[in-house]
Amino acid sequence: MLDKVVIANRAEIALRIERACKELGIKTVAVHSTADANQKHVLLADETVCIGPPPSIDSYLNMPAIISAAEVTDAVAIHPGYGFLAENADFAEQVASSGFTFVGPPPEAIRLLGDKVSAIRIMKKAGVSTVPSSDGPLEDNPDENIRIARDIGYPVIIKATGGGGGRGMRAVHTEASLLNAITVTQAEAQAAFGNDKVYMEKFLERPRHIEFQVLADNFGNAVHLYDRECSMQRRHQKIIEEAPAPGITAEQREEMGQHCVEACREVGYVSAGTFEFLYQDGHFYFIEVNTRLQVEHTVTEMITGVDMVIEQLQIAAGEKLSFSQDDLSPRGHAIECRINAEDPRNFAPSAGHIDLWHPPGGPGIRVDSHLYSGYTVPPFYDSMIAKVIALGANRKSAIARMRTALNEMIIDGIKTNIVLHQEILQLSAFMAGGTDIHFLEKHLSL
Amino acid sequence: MDIRKVKKLIELLEESGIAEIEITEGEESVRISRYPASAAMTPAASEASKQSVPEISVESPEKSDKKGYQVLAPMVGTFYRGSSSTADPFVSVGDQIGEGDALCIIEAMKMMNKIEADVAGRILSIEVENGEAVEYGQLLFVIG
Repeated sequence: MLDKVVIANRAEIALRIERACKELGIKTVAVHSTADANQKHVLLADETVCIGPPPSIDSYLNMPAIISAAEVTDAVAIHPGYGFLAENADFAEQVASSGFTFVGPPPEAIRLLGDKVSAIRIMKKAGVSTVPSSDGPLEDNPDENIRIARDIGYPVIIKATGGGGGRGMRAVHTEASLLNAITVTQAEAQAAFGNDKVYMEKFLERPRHIEFQVLADNFGNAVHLYDRECSMQRRHQKIIEEAPAPGITAEQREEMGQHCVEACREVGYVSAGTFEFLYQDGHFYFIEVNTRLQVEHTVTEMITGVDMVIEQLQIAAGEKLSFSQDDLSPRGHAIECRINAEDPRNFAPSAGHIDLWHPPGGPGIRVDSHLYSGYTVPPFYDSMIAKVIALGANRKSAIARMRTALNEMIIDGIKTNIVLHQEILQLSAFMAGGTDIHFLEKHLSL
Repeated sequence: MDIRKVKKLIELLEESGIAEIEITEGEESVRISRYPASAAMTPAASEASKQSVPEISVESPEKSDKKGYQVLAPMVGTFYRGSSSTADPFVSVGDQIGEGDALCIIEAMKMMNKIEADVAGRILSIEVENGEAVEYGQLLFVIG
């Protein structure tokens, strides 16, 4: 087993990794910015190294500082958590060339699956349908572009290849507006990203975001750990996640899961990963792969009983996956609410001192949070301060338990979105399940 | 006072039967006691108190009291007094130095990074030892 691991992250996920390391008897090194010296996992870690000032670019994104910290502490591995450098293939490469184990996939797999275009190519080969698209940037050929749009079928969406996060996109419903839309989007892309390349895709008007979890070891063993529903989003940020996704049949689940496993084998994937799909009218359309552990790994853990961070560490230590696909049998339904330090109405961030932190409890309730009474939430980073997860025998029970948990919780001193979660959990559309990715924003704008 | 040293002292206290420990180092001193100063000690209380967190009072001059210009580590790495782990030190306590003079090396990822003085003056103190690991922001020198 690994002797000592650098936790190259902060907040709740750093605490998650710290706990998993402690369970396996692995010594921990908490690297942190000057603003994060009092984080719970820093206070608990075996060793700590301050790696920079508050801005992420100078600390949590500072590759030499993190690798240097591993050197001076004689660590053997670095766990990147999620966000920050977790999907940075250059970092994974530098970690390896500096003599450390990167707890995650090999750099080549990150590159192959992290790049949208190459991921789509690989998934198609594995027999997965992807969102019908132009398969590459649009040329300066109006007739060809019209033909492509007809093949795909309206409505279509024009997207900047260099864009993301909702920027540089334009939906087109009729052929009459197609050519103009392409020109305008190209101009916007040039201005925003310095790259005027655009491509065309089918526009799904009410898709759900459903993703599949995978785990693979260094010996070619790969498994899927079923699906998650992540459609409750605002501005492309997930707020509530569930496992399994409501309304998906066992056959669909098995089929899609196997496609993801095949893709893993195809690229020699190692460690944890998530394959994301849009789901509409009974069809799954592949969009992208996240080559890292995700925030919502928790709901999968609850229904499968697998500890994914422990698995990641064991895989990194050169061990085989401790179970096979046949060993898995999901039970129950899990829901996660992401608690953010923000105003529940206008979403303005709310950093500051936590006067009182009172977490909920009871059967099926799990809380992943780095908060403690007296902790000060710094203003420099992501606003997520806690994840509350409820496991029930079925979805109805999970919802009821989550409602109770949210009602018991107290976070005094800053504003949080607990009230928003309480509201969503009462909506009849949520209770019915299967709301699409536009649902929450539509609800909020009413 | 280095928080790591304080942590080690706490560990020492907890492992032994010592009730109170006070250490003085130059101008700084630390007193760590198992029981709050005013508690009445009975055998029952002392059993229960073994679970309690030791009270710490750290008396050390605040950084701003260290008169002079503080040179802090701009990066994580291994501190060397000279151009390599075995070379002669660039500076010693009492030396007069000019702005831009080399003070030390911080080695990180096999690269030797020379740390230069931002100000001229006299080296009042050297706060770390040759070959010691340093973190970002750690106090290295005080220049007066």
